[in-house]
Amino acid sequence: MTIRTWNPFRELDVLRQEVERAFDTYGRPWRQGSALRAVPLHYPLLNVSEDKDNVYVEALAPGIDPETLDVTVVRDTLRIAGEKQALSDEIKPEAYHRNERSAGKFVRTLTLPVEVDGESVTAEYRNGVLHITLAKVEAAKPKQIEVAVS
Amino acid sequence: MSERTVAKREESAVADTRDEERTVAPVVDIFEVADGLAVVADLPGVEKDAVDVQVDDSVLTISAKTAGGRPGEEVYSEYAPADYFRQFRLSEHVDQEKIHAEMKLGVLTVHLPKVEKSKPKRIAIQMAS
Repeated sequence: MTIRTWNPFRELDVLRQEVERAFDTYGRPWRQGSALRAVPLHYPLLNVSEDKDNVYVEALAPGIDPETLDVTVVRDTLRIAGEKQALSDEIKPEAYHRNERSAGKFVRTLTLPVEVDGESVTAEYRNGVLHITLAKVEAAKPKQIEVAVS
Repeated sequence: MSERTVAKREESAVADTRDEERTVAPVVDIFEVADGLAVVADLPGVEKDAVDVQVDDSVLTISAKTAGGRPGEEVYSEYAPADYFRQFRLSEHVDQEKIHAEMKLGVLTVHLPKVEKSKPKRIAIQMAS
């Protein structure tokens, strides 16, 4: 016979899981990995903004050898690929107190809000953030219409 | 080594409490090296000069400011640029004089060498004749 003691914290955890399932992760890039820390569902995390002429994409990707970064654009689809190096293999697993950072290859594709000109895309990797500037195609740029006053 | 949950409040009590709320705890790797500990933290978007690493009363504090501002209007957002803040309590005696840190590609590495006396010492065993 096993003795099961009632653990209020376990009950709370079950409730938390139920609530999470109910809301699912739709539209939210963050999933609660533990009660303490959120784990991103996608890597790298992206922010997209735009102005009249350009679309700007920022990717949060620290510790990546810029040589491995590969950014391609086809019409309105942006693809970011790369590899985050692991720390030295010489570190034994038992030497770790914490190992929260992940490593490995990643690919992420994103549909941009408008079609962009693949010829005029610039990408810059600065302080662990990839900044991509994509020029909109002429047809996608907003046109200022003069209002004639009669 | 344990994460310090109750931060020292004396100095932060004066600061704007809203600033504290908006900080993000960076993900870290902490591991033992031959002469002490190494802490590796992901701090994307942080300039080298904007990082502050302190050891006070055997509590390691990493805080960093991100250079904000993005061009244009937001279309889609998965992260909010926020400052970083995380503290750890160090169980070993760290030689404060020898701590050094480096920043590369948005990754901070802090080396925390142990003080001489807390390093393992090999004891020679004498053969009893």
